[in-house]
Amino acid sequence: MDNALGMSVGVTFVLLGSNIIISAIRKIIPNIVRIPIFIVIIATFVTVVNLVFHAYVPALYESLGIYLPLIVVNCIILGRAEAFASKNPLLHSIADALGISIGFMLALLIIAFLRETLGTGSLSVFGVDLFTLPILGEHPIAVFILPPGAFLLMGLLLALFRRLGVIKDD
Amino acid sequence: MTNLITIFLSMALINNFILVRFLGLCPFFGVSKKLSNALSMGVAVTLVMFIATVATWIINRYILMPFEVEYMDIVIYILVIASLVQIVEMAIKRTNLTLYNALGIYLPLITTNCAVLGITLINATEAYSLLESIACSLGGGIGFTLVLIMMSGIREKLELADSPRSMKGLPVALLTAMLLGLTFLGFGGMI
Repeated sequence: MDNALGMSVGVTFVLLGSNIIISAIRKIIPNIVRIPIFIVIIATFVTVVNLVFHAYVPALYESLGIYLPLIVVNCIILGRAEAFASKNPLLHSIADALGISIGFMLALLIIAFLRETLGTGSLSVFGVDLFTLPILGEHPIAVFILPPGAFLLMGLLLALFRRLGVIKDD
Repeated sequence: MTNLITIFLSMALINNFILVRFLGLCPFFGVSKKLSNALSMGVAVTLVMFIATVATWIINRYILMPFEVEYMDIVIYILVIASLVQIVEMAIKRTNLTLYNALGIYLPLITTNCAVLGITLINATEAYSLLESIACSLGGGIGFTLVLIMMSGIREKLELADSPRSMKGLPVALLTAMLLGLTFLGFGGMI
């Protein structure tokens, strides 16, 4: 859970920052070199997040590892810069960034919640133990903590959301 | 020498880029529908990973470290990778047109592949020497290609299978990835 929250905060900051800057300077960016400019702006914000996390939340920085700098190549951020911020006014871009970030955070939190509760039988957020499940607490399903558990949960959730009609078929 | 082999095997099998580290998932699910595309993509990524590793190692060692600007690494690396992909694309186009046509659109897309930026960051944080970095990048690239090919072979058969409607396509591919991941966990005790 901690990692999911930290990651969401990082992505929100980068997405918000890059959307604001790109939207503000969208009229003076030459069309032909726009992608390199977007990437440099995004990389700058990721560097800021990286340094801030390193300085103030070193434990979180350690456990996020290389995934924190890898926000640079997160398709969501470049995708929103290209598809939305480079064509729309500032306030709309801020709203877009916030909406996308909340959706990202929800998805991340659902998966983190399920993986932690099923995989360890208990849930703790920033060192505070919230609850321990009766039977799972003693016999946790360890595969959910391991990498394959993430694929399993994503596949099942995606199928479930399609079945319920939350996500449309391709 | 044993050290290099250990790094290579651990990157290729135990810490496999796709199944264990979740890096390069976009091409993994996007390109793994046909075997021939998967092979081309794997070779292209391995090639770019290798060149990017050598280039960023030199930059890190002889430019970033002497001037004490290591905090600039993310910006520098992504720019280096973007320009390298551009150069590799031009070089392949000039020397081997068949290969260029086979790789097609996948070549420019490698810039935003997290596996490439990932390998340069891993090499930087682990402070590997040049040879160790090369072993690391080749291991990562070959592991990536291996899993991509296995997955595309399975998915070609899976297209014909009669899976439930809500499971078709991506969900069943994710479950397949889970099963592959479970088998790769078995490599954990190797070293």
